[in-house]
Amino acid sequence: MMLALEIGWGTTLAIKTLVVLTIIPLGALILGYTFLLKMMSHMQSRLGPMDPGGFHGWFQLVGDGLKFLQKEDIMPAQADRKVFAMAPAVVVLSTFLIFAVIPMGPDLVVENLDVGIFYALAVSSLSVVGVLMAGWSSANKFALLSALRSAAQLIAYELPLLLATVGVIIQAGTLNLQEIVLAQQNGAIFGWSGIGDPFILTQFVGFTLFLVAAQAELSQTPFDMPVAESELVSGYMVEYTGFRFLFFFIGEFGTAFAFAAIAATLFLGGWSIPGVTGDMANILGPFVLFAKLMAVAFLMFWVRFTYPRLREDQLQSLAWKVLIPIGLINILITGILKVAI
Amino acid sequence: MTEFYREYLAVAVLIGAALALVGLMLGVGKLIRPVRPQADKYITYEAGSDPVGGWGQSNVRYYVYALLFVIFDVEAVFIFPWAVGLEPLGIFGLVEMVVFILILVLGLVYAWRKGVLRWA
Repeated sequence: MMLALEIGWGTTLAIKTLVVLTIIPLGALILGYTFLLKMMSHMQSRLGPMDPGGFHGWFQLVGDGLKFLQKEDIMPAQADRKVFAMAPAVVVLSTFLIFAVIPMGPDLVVENLDVGIFYALAVSSLSVVGVLMAGWSSANKFALLSALRSAAQLIAYELPLLLATVGVIIQAGTLNLQEIVLAQQNGAIFGWSGIGDPFILTQFVGFTLFLVAAQAELSQTPFDMPVAESELVSGYMVEYTGFRFLFFFIGEFGTAFAFAAIAATLFLGGWSIPGVTGDMANILGPFVLFAKLMAVAFLMFWVRFTYPRLREDQLQSLAWKVLIPIGLINILITGILKVAI
Repeated sequence: MTEFYREYLAVAVLIGAALALVGLMLGVGKLIRPVRPQADKYITYEAGSDPVGGWGQSNVRYYVYALLFVIFDVEAVFIFPWAVGLEPLGIFGLVEMVVFILILVLGLVYAWRKGVLRWA
C-alpha cells in the first residue's frame, strides 16, 4: 500500500510493464528448463539434455539460446511475406496481454480490471489468429494442415475453458481476479473458515475441466495433434527459423506459465495463504503464487510426458461430447447450490 | 482521463511493449546472424522432395466446427453476466438460466444427432 502511493501512476505503469517484460521470457525459461528438459529427461530416460555442461546438463538451455542467435533468417520464396513476419508477434502479444490481470499480491497487479478473467480468456485466444496467420502464410502443406487443426482444437477447447471458470465466477460473484482471490481467502466451507475456501475443493470438476482444456489450448501432448512432429514436422512453425521460431517457443511456454498462474489464482487461492495479510502478503505473494503455479504446471507437464496422442476425431468428440456437457452440468449444479444455500 | 480509460491504457502500453520487445530482439538478431543467400534455401519444405502444386487443400469439416463454435461461444458469453449476478437474482435468475442452458443443450443434441460431430 505505502509503496504504491509514493509515485505517480505513469511511473508505476512503466515499472509494471518492465516487470512483465522480464517475467514472460523468464517464466518460459523456468518452465522449459525445469519441466521440458529436466523432468522429461528423468521420466522418459532421455540422456541428451542431461549431458551438456556437466552437472545435470545445466548448459543445455544456454546452448539452445546461442543456437537460435546464430541461425539464418529464412523466409520461403512462396510465403506471404508481411503475414509471415507478423504471425510470431501476434502470438507473443497474446501471451503478454494475459499477464496484465494476474494478481501477485494485494497491490501487485498490472491492472486490476473489473472484467479480469473474461479479459484473460479473451486475449489468450488471440493466439489462434497468430497460428492461423503463420500456417497460412508459410504456403506449406504441413503448415496449413497444422494451422487448421490447431484452430479447430483451440476453438473447441475454448468452450470447456470458459464453462470451467463460470463455476468459480458463480461462487465468487465477480469477474475480478483480485476479488476472486479475496473470496477464497475469506470464504468458508460449510461454515468452517480455517483455510478459507480454495475453490479447488468446491469446484473440483471445474478445476479438472480447466486443466484438460488448458492442456488442449497449449497443444500439449495428449492434444498435440496440430504440431505432431512425427507426421506434421512441428506444424505451423515448420518454415520458421532463428528468432522468429523462438517467439513461438516463448509464446507456448509463456502461455503455459500464464495458464498455470490463472489456474492457481482461480482454484488454489492465488497469492494468499492463510494468516498472511497486508504488507506481508505483498512480499510473500509472488512466491506463494509461484509455488502454486509450479504445482499446477507440474501436473500439466506430467500428463504431457505420460500420455499418447489423441486422434483428431477423438480430440473433437472429447471436447463436444464429454467436456462441454460436463461443463454445463457443473454450472447448473453450482448455480442451484449457490441459490439454495 | 477517467479511471476506466486509465485501466485500459495499461493494456495499450503492454501491446506497445510486446511489439517493441519483438522488434528489439529481431533487430539484435539481424546484427548477429549470418546471411548466406542460396536459392535452394527458399524452397518450401516438403520433407525433402520438390514441392508439388501451390497452396494445400483442407477438409471442409473444420468449417462446420467453426460455425458450431460461433453459436456456442456467443451463448457462453451470455452466461458470464448471469454468473456474476446470480446472488441478487436468486431463484428467478436460476430458472431463467436453466431454461437458457436447456435450449443450448438442445442445440448440441440436435447437432450431435445430425452427425455434425462425427468426423468421418
